[in-house]
Amino acid sequence: MTHDEVKKVVLDIIADIAPDEDLSQLKSDVRLRDQMQLDSMDFLDIVMELRKRHGIEVPEADYLKLATLDSCGEYLAPKFAALGSKS
Amino acid sequence: MSLPRIVITGVGLTAPNGNSLAEYRGNLLSGVARISRTEIRYMGPLLAGVCNFDPLRYQKKKELRVGTRAGSIGIYCAREALADAGLSAEQLVKDRTGVFVGITEHGNVETENEIYAISKFGYDTKFWSHYHNPRTVANNPAGEISLGLGTTGPAYTIGAACAAGNMGLIHAAQLLRLGEVDFAVCGGVSESIHTFGIYAGFKSQNALAHHEDPNRASRPFDKARNGIVISEGGALYTLERLDDALRRGAKIYAEIAGYCVNSDASDYVLPNPTRQAECVRSALSRSGLKAQDIHIVSTHATATPMGDIQECEAIRSVFGEGCPETWINNTKSFIGHAMGAAGALELAGNLPSFNDLIVHPTINVEELDPQCALPGLVINQPRKVERVDTILNNSFGMLGINSTLIVRRFLG
Repeated sequence: MTHDEVKKVVLDIIADIAPDEDLSQLKSDVRLRDQMQLDSMDFLDIVMELRKRHGIEVPEADYLKLATLDSCGEYLAPKFAALGSKS
Repeated sequence: MSLPRIVITGVGLTAPNGNSLAEYRGNLLSGVARISRTEIRYMGPLLAGVCNFDPLRYQKKKELRVGTRAGSIGIYCAREALADAGLSAEQLVKDRTGVFVGITEHGNVETENEIYAISKFGYDTKFWSHYHNPRTVANNPAGEISLGLGTTGPAYTIGAACAAGNMGLIHAAQLLRLGEVDFAVCGGVSESIHTFGIYAGFKSQNALAHHEDPNRASRPFDKARNGIVISEGGALYTLERLDDALRRGAKIYAEIAGYCVNSDASDYVLPNPTRQAECVRSALSRSGLKAQDIHIVSTHATATPMGDIQECEAIRSVFGEGCPETWINNTKSFIGHAMGAAGALELAGNLPSFNDLIVHPTINVEELDPQCALPGLVINQPRKVERVDTILNNSFGMLGINSTLIVRRFLG
């Protein structure tokens, strides 16, 4: 999965957990929390949905790596790749 | 000791047959019940009273996703009650406003949903939602209302089984009289149709109603009644001290005349007519009224074979034959049993009688059970009467909790 594909996965999750937000203007290099209403429980939603939908585990120590869409792509792409190589 | 007088100044509700007092009352006078067949997890299609209010009127989509159905019903009813009282949430003195919400139960729906959700993941609890605790704490519906309105005074629920709707109002009146709050949003809510456990429990008790025609299934006092139709819903009121209400020129629906809450201390589920009668008598005495002064008795009767007879026994022992101006009715025949909201909704449906002098009937009585043949029972058709100055509202619940609330026409 490319970085852009990973970002799309994360955006799809965000669209579900923040259904009132307009996501079309989200900048991929700016912290998500600085661009939209996203509290700590919402953030846990992202972690939970990655687990439920894709079998991806994000340990608490790595939460900061999901701060921006770019950092999500960078951090999650190897995890998706590892999943792919297992299957 | 002279206590401040307490008045009802706003009503907000959602019932299976109405999302406003006007719509609901219109359907109670026109004989319109609204019960549907709905899919209950693990059990199949069963009868339920389903509310169709628009939750997005007062909540964002995200709030609906995070919160509970009971919270959503509560927010809708609270906002509607405030609007009816001629107030916006912004006008409230935040720290002097209390929210007191009666509930039969809370947390069953959310817990069942989570167990079902993790069943799809081999019951691995790492898939259990981080929202589980805020959704299932017992104060959830009241807390969601305080979040929605931005009020910072006390906001909590009152767990009182199916006596809870009255209890919300009674507790609010008490705190207003004590000066603990200056304004209260209070009543009861229920989301119980979304838990299979309540259905399965009543089914195991042989207490779940069945009928080919859903709208004829809830039939208190009918000889062929066969149990309860479970419903969701809510009714919340704004309560104020009379002086405050008069000062701001509020519309006054009714004055709280008196109330009583007592306990059977006799059985987990079986009602106790002696204690019910004591509850009614005590409420009368505290109101300074006699049985013959009551013009409408809104019964709790849920259409279980035994429960209706026992409440009738209690009512007969208090009102007997010497109350020619006392009319008796029931609302569950239209909307089913709205559990924690029942008492609050049933009072609301009768309040307009102060103005129109019409007593709404109990419907679905094809053959009146002789053991339920109370004098003054209004059956199948509304009745125009000479006087309605007082309404006595009964609400009883499991573990033997009884509540009676009496309201009177405000006469200045």
